[in-house]
Amino acid sequence: MSAKPPLLEMTGVQKRFPGVIALDGVDLDLLAGEVHVLLGENGAGKSTLMKILSGAQSKDAGEIRVLGAAANIDSPRAARDLGISIIYQELTLVPQLSAPANVFLGKEPTTSFGLLDVETMKAKTAELLGGLGISLELDAPVGSLGIAEQQMIEVAKALSENARILVMDEPTSALTASEIEQLFAAIARLLERGVGVIYISHRMNEVDRIGHRVSVLRDGKKIGTYETKEVATSELIRLMVCRPVGDHFPRRRTEPGAEVLSVRGLSRGNALHDVSFNLRRGEILGISGLLGAGRTELARALFGADRSDSGTIGVKGRIAFVHSPADGIAAGIGLLPEDRKTQGLVLGLSVRENIALTSARRLSRFGLIDGAAEAALSEKYVADLRIKTPAIEQRAGALSGGNQQKIVLGKWLATGVDVLIMDEPTRGIDVAAKVEIYELMNRLTADGAGIVMISSELPEVLGMSDRILVMRAGRLVADVAASGASQETLLSAALGQTA
Amino acid sequence: MKKWAVHLMSSRRAGTLVGLFLLGALLSYLSPFFLTTSNLLNVMEQTAINAVIAVGMTFVILSAGIDLSVGSIAALSGVVMANRLQAGWPLVPAILAGLLTGALCGLFSGVLITRGKLPPFIATLGMMSVARGAALLFTDGRPISGFDESLRWLSTGRLLGIPVPVLLTIVLYAVAIVLLNRTRFGRYVYAIGGNEEATRLSGVSVTLHKTAVYVLSGVTAAMGAVLLTARLNSAQPIAGMMYELDAIAAVVIGGTSLIGGLGTFGGTLIGALTMGVLRNGLNLLGISSFLQQIVIGLVIIAAVLMDSLVKKRQ
Repeated sequence: MSAKPPLLEMTGVQKRFPGVIALDGVDLDLLAGEVHVLLGENGAGKSTLMKILSGAQSKDAGEIRVLGAAANIDSPRAARDLGISIIYQELTLVPQLSAPANVFLGKEPTTSFGLLDVETMKAKTAELLGGLGISLELDAPVGSLGIAEQQMIEVAKALSENARILVMDEPTSALTASEIEQLFAAIARLLERGVGVIYISHRMNEVDRIGHRVSVLRDGKKIGTYETKEVATSELIRLMVCRPVGDHFPRRRTEPGAEVLSVRGLSRGNALHDVSFNLRRGEILGISGLLGAGRTELARALFGADRSDSGTIGVKGRIAFVHSPADGIAAGIGLLPEDRKTQGLVLGLSVRENIALTSARRLSRFGLIDGAAEAALSEKYVADLRIKTPAIEQRAGALSGGNQQKIVLGKWLATGVDVLIMDEPTRGIDVAAKVEIYELMNRLTADGAGIVMISSELPEVLGMSDRILVMRAGRLVADVAASGASQETLLSAALGQTA
Repeated sequence: MKKWAVHLMSSRRAGTLVGLFLLGALLSYLSPFFLTTSNLLNVMEQTAINAVIAVGMTFVILSAGIDLSVGSIAALSGVVMANRLQAGWPLVPAILAGLLTGALCGLFSGVLITRGKLPPFIATLGMMSVARGAALLFTDGRPISGFDESLRWLSTGRLLGIPVPVLLTIVLYAVAIVLLNRTRFGRYVYAIGGNEEATRLSGVSVTLHKTAVYVLSGVTAAMGAVLLTARLNSAQPIAGMMYELDAIAAVVIGGTSLIGGLGTFGGTLIGALTMGVLRNGLNLLGISSFLQQIVIGLVIIAAVLMDSLVKKRQ
């Protein structure tokens, strides 16, 4: 390498969120003309680090240098001016506008009459895309183009802003094999021009394929940076998951009872393919897999939030026709959704009203709600679940994440569910509240309910489940006893690697 | 802590109430006629129609929707009722025919919104035109007048010294307050307006309850039409123009959030009264109707602006 300073040096970057250290002194550098792959589980800190780099979030401590000069990235604008650009997994184009309109959005060239200079925009866009080895219909709305082409337009947009540091967040997740080849060819051309690429991916085979160096993040810390040629895939997986002991999972296993849920051949569009499994009373069934593997879709189909195309759901030995959440509840199924703020709670309503929302029918006669019974029910679950709130009349939105999650849980306990589906039950809540949620799961199973727990945290899946299913691309790819599983085997199954 | 929370919830309404009293004080200072019993009853009578229509509108806006068709529905329901009266039907069945008309119009909008997934703005904009056209077609564009005294009583009669329209409004608000705060329906309306997806995932039939909200709005529009027809002693197919905007104004002056999930009937009633007092006062002061429109527009803007400023500070 030459004596020129690296494109980017991040040193000692720290970021705290209430109750969590998202980044704990992370160092990362990027050279011109290299692809630096960033690996880590969901929640390891990759996206926080990239948000800090792009100015979307501020760092608490640490230093960022671009081409050797200290950089103060306090806004997305500042990042752009430094030549830093991010291509997100969810593309940020305006689908109704053409490629040139998107590339020049916010910086349109104009003619001397103050009108849009359409010809210049078109010519420059064609030139930028041509440099990537792409040609496409420039007048079509970008929404009508393929995902790969849209991605290229994003890259062209970044280049039009003189991007030298390009971050790509799982760019291949929605691409076909031939589109991936096209993308890699375009990246190769970028590298020739001296651009550096930070490449986030969950696909282990891509690390070798295009990466020069690879860094592994885990629990907000950087584990290490390696030359891709010198490190084996299995070693990288081990580095991603291996974590210090001390995480607390107070699972008390009980002898499983009768079968309470039996799913056969459940399919839904492209999201679920022929999913079959059983759940017994007193059992916690963990469902592991990467984002987009179909876990949330499975939860929603089981509960009736989305309709399935085929397959049967049996509850307590009887086939249940679950076409709506009301059907799911009638069958004895509850769903703790993955996002409590948008799906679990009505934030503007009180704790009392949220807890009673699933039980309003039972609590009312001739449509009139029995206020005393409702208050009693809410008080019971506030006390029982130790929800910390000044009063049951407090707005749910004013409470902490852990307490909000307990309200959603209380909502389901109040209906007396036989099967509770929990989608990321401890996401975004602090450690103490997590343990409380785990204890409540113990109580539920001790009382004879069955739990299906979806989680992206492998230690949680291993620590709390009795049995674990792994999903990949809408299918169940593994069904193992928790005692015989390890983080490595689960992650390998989720990634489609035979370890 | 409980009291504190209750206080916070009601402070928004208290603001509008204080505004109403200040307005009243100012008007009674400027005009000796304002603060007389007969004038105040007059204000309430004039407010009644808007206040009644605003009941349905409050439910709609609480559910995070909007209903632009209430003025047209009022016209259509009014001419249907008048037609039945002239056909010799007794008062009560004729009124029920009018209310049924309103309900069916609301049902149509509601189904378009919940099943057809149309935005409420579009569905009720269409209904606004359809109902208006139907009223004109049905009457050939001519007013229907000349009824029996029993209908007039709904406008001019008094019970316990209180004008019947005022009494009806009070009863309707009492029912609406119970419906909103004490029944499952009311709870679900708040919940749907606050977070429709979470409500659906709690097993609530959002389709059913949202549709019911528009049916209710159609019914209260028709109730407004009954009062209007009684007052004018005539049903006109061009009646109720811009009533939807008056109703929306009453609701938002009353502090109900256009985003849904937050608001009260007390607020709406104060909002309707504020508009009534303002119109009455400006008339008493001999201010031209052109200027009145400007003043009313500014008051609506000021009320909501104050609200959003208070919210920002919190």
